[in-house]
Amino acid sequence: MAEPLLSVRDLRAWYGESHILHGMDFEVRQGEVVTLLGRNGAGKTTTLKAVMGMVGRRSGSVTFEDTETIRLPSNRIARLGIAYCPEERGIFSSLTVAENLVLPPVIRPGGLSLAEVHELFPRLAERADSQGTKLSGGEQQMLAIARILRTGATLLLLDEPTEGLAPVIVQHIGAILGQLKERGFTILLVEQNFHFAVGVADRHYVVEHGRVVDCVLNSQASTTALQGYLGV
Amino acid sequence: MMTFLGIPIQALMGQLLLGLINGASYAVLSLGLALIFGLLNIINFAHGAQYMMGAYIAWMLLAYAGVNYWLALVVAPLAVGLIGVVIERLLLRRLYKLDNLYGLLLTFGLALIIEGLFRQAYGISGQAYQAPRLLQGGINLGFMFLPLYRGWVVLVALAACLAVWAAIEKTRLGALLRAATENPALVRAFGVNVPLLITGTYGFGAALAGFAGVLAAPLYSVNPLMGSNIIIIVFAVVVIGGMGSILGSVLTGFGLGLIEGLTKVFYPEASATVIFVIMAIVLLIKPAGLFGRNA
Ligand SMILES: Nc1ncnc2c1ncn2[C@@H]1O[C@H](COP(=O)(O)OP(=O)(O)O)[C@@H](O)[C@H]1O
Ligand SMILES: [Mg+2]
Repeated sequence: MAEPLLSVRDLRAWYGESHILHGMDFEVRQGEVVTLLGRNGAGKTTTLKAVMGMVGRRSGSVTFEDTETIRLPSNRIARLGIAYCPEERGIFSSLTVAENLVLPPVIRPGGLSLAEVHELFPRLAERADSQGTKLSGGEQQMLAIARILRTGATLLLLDEPTEGLAPVIVQHIGAILGQLKERGFTILLVEQNFHFAVGVADRHYVVEHGRVVDCVLNSQASTTALQGYLGV
Repeated sequence: MMTFLGIPIQALMGQLLLGLINGASYAVLSLGLALIFGLLNIINFAHGAQYMMGAYIAWMLLAYAGVNYWLALVVAPLAVGLIGVVIERLLLRRLYKLDNLYGLLLTFGLALIIEGLFRQAYGISGQAYQAPRLLQGGINLGFMFLPLYRGWVVLVALAACLAVWAAIEKTRLGALLRAATENPALVRAFGVNVPLLITGTYGFGAALAGFAGVLAAPLYSVNPLMGSNIIIIVFAVVVIGGMGSILGSVLTGFGLGLIEGLTKVFYPEASATVIFVIMAIVLLIKPAGLFGRNA
């Protein structure tokens, strides 16, 4: 089996005094789509932030392409080739759609060109001059994904990209993730939409109370067991 | 003699020009304050001291090294900017995790220390600084006499404000700055060295204040207290304009300078307080300021 691209060992994280992650262990291999599933408040978002170096304090080990990142600031981690799409989307209201799209710096070659991004998301070309936050929720989500495809990052951290979106848009995003996987992107996906997760992922980690409690191959995903974890 | 509402045109124009000149300083200073506040969330009370240092460095360059005005217009702001960079790296950086009241207190203390040092060294009577030969004298515009240096100050301050505005609104660096003002953690997670951006912004804001100080040096005497005199008014300007908007702070600066000038003509008794009266009214009606985003 291939070497893991991202390897997380005994990851602990704190917001101020509150201890949120209690030793997360998981890995993502080159070219995989892996999900973190779990109930609200389980620590999925915090895990992505901790991988990105965006929490107050963290300990343990997070290696990316054999580089230990636990002591690096988030701008250095990003430059290793990890890109982050936050749960709240993080579209900048003082920037146009076009400015939002090219804001993340290109960190290495191999990312999508602007033309390719526009091909995937034609709406963003049409709305290029609008204020970023004037887009609909679905369009903002597209923009949040689109802008991290240009940078040359090979690992994408996507936090609930389907949250609050209409079923056709969720489908569209599913199709896009499929295309990104084909292009060789590796994706760590946080989801609460169980059906969506099963449709796109290779493996699932189940998160409870800041720990990984189970790992399930998609091919062996027993719907009922996973649904039990999610409480749906 | 031509009059307007019983006031001689000459006097009216003269006061309007003075108003524009004051407005130019207000605009450049409030622009720097707005930039710094946007990204650092710190109300930079040292801004007046940085303005004063700009003027003093220009004066010292001339007095001790024979460096002329034109060169000082570049060197003095750079020096003040560099001092700003040191202040940010050594002191302000330690406070970002705390309430921004601490930043205000620190910069206020710094302003007092810097002012005290210059008072100690140069007294409070002030030093004269000649306008450069090229800009001495003036031209008769028919309805008024325009001292060249004053015209130059207004034009150059306006040009500086527009250049800064364009850099922020139209360039990639400006987009990074706007984005980091909204959400620094996310911009950093995209691989941008936000701490460096913050240092640069503070240095640049300080340099702008120093630049305004050099422009002001030939207008008034160079004086350790010149900064604290003007900065109180500039804070009022910023409150009126609202912290949120770059263009707003520039427009407000020039506009209030003019209003102040007009008040000197029509009701001189109120000219020292008119800006604060406007501030009080704006605070009552639109607390976020004329151009500010509502919190
Ligand atoms: N900024 C924060 N400060 C303190 N606690 C937080 C913060 N963000 C999240 N938490 C807490 O951390 C826990 C995990 O949150 P989160 O990672 O957002 O969960 P999930 O994404 O799985 O829904 C929750 O109990 C939440 O209340
Ligand atoms: Mg979450």
